[in-house]
Amino acid sequence: MTILKTGSVVFENIRKDFGSFTAIPDLSLTIEPGTLVTLLGPSGCGKTTTLRMLAGLEHPTSGRILIGGKDVTMLPAHERDVSMVFQSYALFPHMNALDNIAYGLESSGLSKKEARDQAEDGLVQVGLEGMGHRLPAELSGGQQQRVAVARALVLKPQVLLLDEPLSNLDARLRRKVRTDIRELQQRLGFTAVYVTHDQDEALAVSDRIVVMKDGRIAQADTPQCLYDEPVSAFIADFMGEANIITCEVLERDDNQVIIDIGGLHHKLHTKRGKVGQAKLAVRPGSVTLEPEGSSGLGGEIMTTAYLGDHVEYEVKTPAGNFFVIDHAVERFLSPKTAVSLGFRNRGLALVDG
Amino acid sequence: MQSGNKRLDYLLILGLVSFLFLPWYRVEGGFFAFQWLSSFLSSSDLAPGILQMIAEGRSWLIPALLFFLLGASARVVADADKRGKLLVIAGALGILFMTMQGLAISFTGWAWTFMDSSFGMLPTGQPAMGAGAILLSLIFVLFIAFGFAERGVMKGDAFVVGSISVLIFLVTIFIFYPIGSMFVGSVQDFDGSFKPDGFIENMQDPAIWSLNCVVGAGRCGVAWRTLFLAVLSGLGSTLLGLAFALVATRTNFPFKKGLRLLTVLPIITPPFVIGLALTLLFGRSGVVTEALDFLFGIEPSRWLYGLTGIWIAQVLSFTPISFLVLIGVVEGVSPSMEEASQTLRADRWRTFWKVSLPLMKPGLANAFLIGFIESMADFGNPLVLGGSHGVLSTEIFFAVVGSQIDPSRAAVLAIILLSFTLTAFLAQRLWLSGKNFATVTGKGDSGVHAGLPRSLSISVYGIVIPWMGFTIVVYGMIVFGGFVKTWGLDNSLTLEHYARAFSIGFEDGALVWTGVAWNSFWTTMEIALISAPLTAAVGLLTAYIIVRQTFAGKNAFEFALMMSFAIPGTVIGISYIMAFNLPPIEMTGSALILVACFVFRNMPVGVRGGIAAMSQIDKSLDEASLTLKANSARTLRKVILPLLRPAITAALVYSFVRAITSISAVIFLVSAEYNMATSYIVGLVENGEYGIAIAYSSMLIFVMITVIAVFQLLVGERRLRRENRVSGLVKTRKFRFSQEKTA
Repeated sequence: MTILKTGSVVFENIRKDFGSFTAIPDLSLTIEPGTLVTLLGPSGCGKTTTLRMLAGLEHPTSGRILIGGKDVTMLPAHERDVSMVFQSYALFPHMNALDNIAYGLESSGLSKKEARDQAEDGLVQVGLEGMGHRLPAELSGGQQQRVAVARALVLKPQVLLLDEPLSNLDARLRRKVRTDIRELQQRLGFTAVYVTHDQDEALAVSDRIVVMKDGRIAQADTPQCLYDEPVSAFIADFMGEANIITCEVLERDDNQVIIDIGGLHHKLHTKRGKVGQAKLAVRPGSVTLEPEGSSGLGGEIMTTAYLGDHVEYEVKTPAGNFFVIDHAVERFLSPKTAVSLGFRNRGLALVDG
Repeated sequence: MQSGNKRLDYLLILGLVSFLFLPWYRVEGGFFAFQWLSSFLSSSDLAPGILQMIAEGRSWLIPALLFFLLGASARVVADADKRGKLLVIAGALGILFMTMQGLAISFTGWAWTFMDSSFGMLPTGQPAMGAGAILLSLIFVLFIAFGFAERGVMKGDAFVVGSISVLIFLVTIFIFYPIGSMFVGSVQDFDGSFKPDGFIENMQDPAIWSLNCVVGAGRCGVAWRTLFLAVLSGLGSTLLGLAFALVATRTNFPFKKGLRLLTVLPIITPPFVIGLALTLLFGRSGVVTEALDFLFGIEPSRWLYGLTGIWIAQVLSFTPISFLVLIGVVEGVSPSMEEASQTLRADRWRTFWKVSLPLMKPGLANAFLIGFIESMADFGNPLVLGGSHGVLSTEIFFAVVGSQIDPSRAAVLAIILLSFTLTAFLAQRLWLSGKNFATVTGKGDSGVHAGLPRSLSISVYGIVIPWMGFTIVVYGMIVFGGFVKTWGLDNSLTLEHYARAFSIGFEDGALVWTGVAWNSFWTTMEIALISAPLTAAVGLLTAYIIVRQTFAGKNAFEFALMMSFAIPGTVIGISYIMAFNLPPIEMTGSALILVACFVFRNMPVGVRGGIAAMSQIDKSLDEASLTLKANSARTLRKVILPLLRPAITAALVYSFVRAITSISAVIFLVSAEYNMATSYIVGLVENGEYGIAIAYSSMLIFVMITVIAVFQLLVGERRLRRENRVSGLVKTRKFRFSQEKTA
């Protein structure tokens, strides 16, 4: 199980209705072989439905799905070359770890012996050698999770599907397991589709992130682009927090624009935006606070919250209210203090409504 | 596609078998006796389908072969869509054709005389369908299923589509076809021509519909009497059941465990046994009657034989059922509601009257309707106690076995009975569904139920304790009665009845079952053992489909299955006789008809149990199995069934016991060769041989208690292990957190 077949995934104009409710109106998406792509979005955005359609657990109302170039739209789940790690792990409680891992191999027609041998390899792969005889109930949560991953991986699927695989782990373990998964994926080079609602998790593991909203793709890009150049207010706010304010684009040339934020002029490197009124997303950490009178945007502190390594302020300005994160904890400003706001070069983006 | 080809290949091989190697028509001695093997090719009666067409002049079968070949041609079509369409068309045409020819051509030619004139006389007729014809019909059904599967129905899962199709096919044959035949039979003459005279005459019969008793001039019709009795029995058993449920859950009654035992009674008691015990107590020569005569000079009378006696027997029989229903209802009333009421300055009485009772109302209505339907369907007690004041179910029986056989009258009475019970069933499903306040949610509700108001708890005790005593006396009579020589005349104790029924002898060194009961006893055991696993299998498969699959018409499917619950046994009995006495399907007098009857009558309970158990198994387990390359048949076998073991055992025990105790449908379907214990006992009662009847009944009860106890022991162990495992899971989870945090 050193080199896995890798496969591309193509969704072509997929539509999915549940009765009269349309979960996904029209989705087209291509996933490159060997990459880890995350489907990210708030609950009810259709990300799990998309994953389940890829697994064959739901069938699309219309459209086509291709895996490794082969049309699998009408194929039932057990005839598809994918396997899945479930949110609840779904380990069979009446079988021990080894039998759980061997289950899929036996289903695909391997002899009992072969299946067991490969299952043992799978156990080793996830670092659980010698634990094969244990029932799922006798394994810790992290171990159960690894059995679930091994169970899916031993089948050497073209695509591995992961449905919120970390949500049943506690915070500390989550960080370790997500690194493990990423490491395993890069070592074995399989295609993986990963569903989560946690943007940190998505940023940490993905080659690409597909942000979904109301059954549509809001933006699909690399983690960096998504964070630095969100196309919409929704993305900006969903991928980390952002202040969405109105500004005016004064000038534009090839690579940059000059914008007016409540009277303050600021230069911004971007290819987006036209001259005229626009929406601006500002990361809370990209706002600087200066004493009153500096050449910035004048404002007044409304509320404060001290959080140890940083302080959160809400500042009222003519351009709107700003949520500001300030790491200079030593100068803790009290409410009603008059301040002057400045902006860093990074962390500002022109966005659509 | 590959698996599509494989399963189609199997089907085609089976098809060849059905045409070439199986007797096409019904085998006289029974197919499973396999005596036909010895003279298979020599006897023309046993000829397979292909010979029937060529050599026996039954050329009308040729289209069946053509439709089969049409389906087979799909094997070489590559395009999944076209292939599926072809299969569906071939299957649909095939099954339609098989039905039409089966119904249209009878023993001597066309089944309906008008077809002689329009199509010409047939040279020969045909007997009922046999193994070959039935297998081919099933293959056509599977053609349709596989066709739909290839077109992506049910996510292309052939096993699920196949199961649904076969279940629908079976339910149609064993529930809808008989009921339909009964309707047709009621307006048909003996030669099959349409003649509604009997139907109209019976429908207007004053003996059924008369309302004379209301105006004080004689007796009311049997339909009204039955309805009246059912309402009273429903009310009586609901009130008593509620009293029992209140005592069991809201008081400090010391014998609560004993109360719970009550719920087992109706399952193990053959339905006429209560009636029998009542005769021993209150009959003309009953204990109580004689005592009253001796002490107070009260003349023995026949008051017990009539609606009063039936009513007492039914309330005794059905109270435990309604207790079982209402205990859930009473416990389901959320304690926080009652606590809220108490904090709002309502005393216990007001809390009970204004909060608890209204919350229980839908449950009470449900219990009433169950009692109502049970009373309507009850056959055993009215048969023993009815005397000349029969109810619908017994009248149906006497219309087919009495001195004047009148199938049309039986059908009409059955239709009336069916419409009563179906109305109650519909009311239960449509009106009560969604009105249940007393639902148990997953959320913990840590309150304490309010105690009963003092006056109420006194009256509840006042009802429950005497009634419990009465029940104990009645069951005591059943045990005791078997040891008394001749009840009322010679009260000396004897083992004679048991000896006559269950004696064993040795002849020529071999064991001989000389007792009169052995024959029917072993038949009963055999049939119960055959039908129990089938019932459980059909019931659980149905439950799997209802819980785990969604498809258009699922609700209708579930509804139709559950409806068979509301069809009284007598109606099933009479309709089976009418449907399965003649080609195309002839089963009367065989063991098969008894098995079919049990499977489809007891299935709804298996379905309910299965649904309850299956809902507790996380759906992601199925899905995990599916993504691990297992098809749904393997998923069912490897994942779901092992986890469902307790439910399976329960379904097995229940259907086994029901097959032993049921009488209403059975009494129509038994034959000299296959006589069941219950109908044999009823025969004894009719001959006045009470001693043996009671001895036999207590023996049955004893056997069933043993069976249930043994299974309970086995299941109990399993459940413990499962619970251990579940609590183990919780434990390790907690353990994991602490471990992870300290790590």
